[in-house]
Amino acid sequence: MTDTLSTPTSSQPKNDSNGQPHRIGDEKIRVSDLHAFYGESHILHGVDLYVNQGELVTLLGRNGAGRSTTLRSIMNMVGRRTGSVVINGQETITMPAHQIAWLGLGFCPEERGIFSSLNVEENLMLPPDVRSDGVPLEEIYAMFPNLAERRYSQGTRLSGGEQQMLALARIMRSGANILLLDEITEGLAPVIVQRLAEVLMQLKQRGLTILLVEQNFHFAAPIADRHYVMEHGHIVEEIQQHQLHEKQDQLNALLGV
Amino acid sequence: MVTFMGINLFALLGQLLVGLINGSFYALLALGLAIIFGLLRIINFAQGALYMLGAFLAWLALHHLGVNYWLALVLVPLAVAAIGMLIERWLVRPIAGQDHLYSLLLTFGIALILQGTFSHLFGSSGQSYPIPDALKGGYNLGFMYLPVYRAWIILVSLLVCAASWWVIEKTRLGAYLRAGTENPALLQAFGVNVPLMITLTFGFGVGLAGLAGVLAAPVYSVSPDMGANILIVVFAIVVIGGMGSIGGAILTGLMMGIIEGLTKYFYPEASTTVIFMVMVLVLLVKPSGLFGKEA
Repeated sequence: MTDTLSTPTSSQPKNDSNGQPHRIGDEKIRVSDLHAFYGESHILHGVDLYVNQGELVTLLGRNGAGRSTTLRSIMNMVGRRTGSVVINGQETITMPAHQIAWLGLGFCPEERGIFSSLNVEENLMLPPDVRSDGVPLEEIYAMFPNLAERRYSQGTRLSGGEQQMLALARIMRSGANILLLDEITEGLAPVIVQRLAEVLMQLKQRGLTILLVEQNFHFAAPIADRHYVMEHGHIVEEIQQHQLHEKQDQLNALLGV
Repeated sequence: MVTFMGINLFALLGQLLVGLINGSFYALLALGLAIIFGLLRIINFAQGALYMLGAFLAWLALHHLGVNYWLALVLVPLAVAAIGMLIERWLVRPIAGQDHLYSLLLTFGIALILQGTFSHLFGSSGQSYPIPDALKGGYNLGFMYLPVYRAWIILVSLLVCAASWWVIEKTRLGAYLRAGTENPALLQAFGVNVPLMITLTFGFGVGLAGLAGVLAAPVYSVSPDMGANILIVVFAIVVIGGMGSIGGAILTGLMMGIIEGLTKYFYPEASTTVIFMVMVLVLLVKPSGLFGKEA
């Protein structure tokens, strides 16, 4: 695991990743005391987290800990939310859901959200260009030849792995530079998971900021800069990449592995 | 009199034509209902009343403001669409997400209010609207006489339906509509203003009813209950075509008009019920409708 630590990380100095306060300008996401509700159920109980420019941060935890809800709350896709969600220095807690993407956010839902009434290319072109420097369609097709081959197929006819690539490619094309990815490796073959890890590393090299909800710790550990562990609707632990070894037992206990 | 195996071809073709004209109205109204149902998941019971409103607005505009048919053909659908958008924004949206029964009762109530208002103001006897000069007369097709206005109805309806289908199925705007029908929350998370899209879609759907109303004014009598009569048939058509299926609503509308016409010739007694019999059969064999996706 140690050799993967040398993979490119954010441009910040090393000592900056020890939980020291960061310059506000570097913060892409700052969530404070976030509560979320679905009807009468209170799902998130005061989540605090931040993600810096160029970082890849994971949200770990058991099923039902509130990781997906955290992502959906940042997108304002939950019934009700309170607290503070600052994106790129801008408070969004009262912002309607359709304005949030325009701050550069791209969301990849757990169920992938491929539209069956749209073909592959229509799925790719669906998200509006929220920023001007999205990956051009030709480049997307070069990265994912399978999608190019099947561009006129119904979106949901693709294999699970292809659908996941499509869900990722879709938000890359829109120019989003802060990606919220929910369980992107779930149910996929190891070779596809490996390919996804490569894609995420490419995105990091492009300087994108990524908040990743992940069950597959072996996938997340080598590519992430930091990890948050969630339990019962709040963050219970923050682990720096270099602390992974010393905190392994604690982490295993928290994740129940 | 030309007959073939005991069938009077002239009379049969005449009924087919009447069927195709009725089918044109069915297609326009069913298309509007299907578009609204697709995105809003509500069954708009006011669609018939808004069709009636379209016919009445055309009639009022002609008799009180001197607005001619051609202008009405453009302005009235826009006016009905605007009224529809107000209805969506101020009445339908507050109950969005509630049980379907609420929107059903709401739109049914709107229909009754509109119908009652026009009955009160203009009585329930029909008003007549003259056929515009340019569309008077007819073509002698040899086997039958085709009034120009009837051909016009079919032409406009087919063009509008085909254009709507093309926009929905083949353009980027249509992709938004289809995506919004499938997963509005995710579409909104991508940055599309879904609430605005819903308002505009509702406006477009009822605007189609307004257009059908203007087209109908010169051929059917303009009366407060004209919408109620046609609406139940149109609902059956949407169910036969498959709830929310755009192409299905259009094709089934035309098809059911023709089937009705054929029934009028072969067994007139069944002509008012044949569509419902087809509906029962379709629901028994394919509950999701002829063009609907299996749930």
